[in-house]
Amino acid sequence: MTDVSIIGMCSILGAGLTIAIGSIGPALGEARALAEALAGIARQPDEASTITRTLFVGMAMVESTAIYCLLVSMILIFANPFWNYVVEAAKTGG
Amino acid sequence: MGVDKFSPDQWVFFEWGTFHLNATIVFTWVVMAVLVGVSWLVTRKLSSTKDMTRGQNVLETVVVFLRAQIRSLSNQDPDPYLPFIGTLFLFIVTASVLSILPGFAVPTASVTTTVALATCVLVGVPIYGIRNLGFASYLKNYVRPTPLMLPFNIIGEITRTVALAIRLFGNMLSGDKIVAVLSLIAPIGPAVIMNAFGLLVGVIQAYIFALLAMVYIASGMQREDQMRRKIAAKVTAAGTAGPQKERNPS
Repeated sequence: MTDVSIIGMCSILGAGLTIAIGSIGPALGEARALAEALAGIARQPDEASTITRTLFVGMAMVESTAIYCLLVSMILIFANPFWNYVVEAAKTGG
Repeated sequence: MGVDKFSPDQWVFFEWGTFHLNATIVFTWVVMAVLVGVSWLVTRKLSSTKDMTRGQNVLETVVVFLRAQIRSLSNQDPDPYLPFIGTLFLFIVTASVLSILPGFAVPTASVTTTVALATCVLVGVPIYGIRNLGFASYLKNYVRPTPLMLPFNIIGEITRTVALAIRLFGNMLSGDKIVAVLSLIAPIGPAVIMNAFGLLVGVIQAYIFALLAMVYIASGMQREDQMRRKIAAKVTAAGTAGPQKERNPS
């Protein structure tokens, strides 16, 4: 295999694995947070607005690790620095 | 934007030397123009009676909503924080909602815009903290609970700013890219649904950004004695002997 195909293959594999593994933890965490918040609202419907607001903020924080993974995989697919480097080198090298 | 451009920074309208007029700047101006124009149009003829224009009704709803949120988060008069938090919220919301227009590139899908917004929060927290507590008292926040925590507090301050920027950027970019990729595969159906979903995500992210900015400002304004009282109350409530650690929300 040439360098280009190895880099392309590894980037796509890495991007897929990053988002696949990286979204497991936040998904479990968010599901748990939502379940607890729903239980809280069911017990105390008067506090629904406070619980919902806190839930949003908490979920945004839990979600941020998934967003980082998403960002890494997006950079690997759409703006891969290694790929761009190889393409540039191939252009200048002839 | 299609899949060929990663960020609106790469969509350059006009180049003059080192100055590149890219889509981020242009569409930020568009958002600013929309915000200023609508506000100007609505506030031209304000009325204090029930007989008001529809525009005034909408803007009053927004302002009342923001004031209620700020008040419930900080337990204080929301007036000093409303201009800052409200501007952040309205800018991000307008940018997200305008993304349904064809040819509009969301400026918050560029990391430069979100880092700039997060830097405003980073600068705003000490400004509000010093205004409320005074210089020395604010700086004491950094050496709490012990001076050993100083580096961690500083690192926490920086990482939460980075997280704030990256969170908004990642959400906006992913919404944009999912629509672009789906329209390559299937011309109309799924892309429209994801675009509608992107609107929801954009509004929620604007809400979260403004809310977190307020949380950070409120956490920078806590007094030491208030803090002690809170910890003491917590300790007695929990019935434990040792003092509990107060965590920074980051």
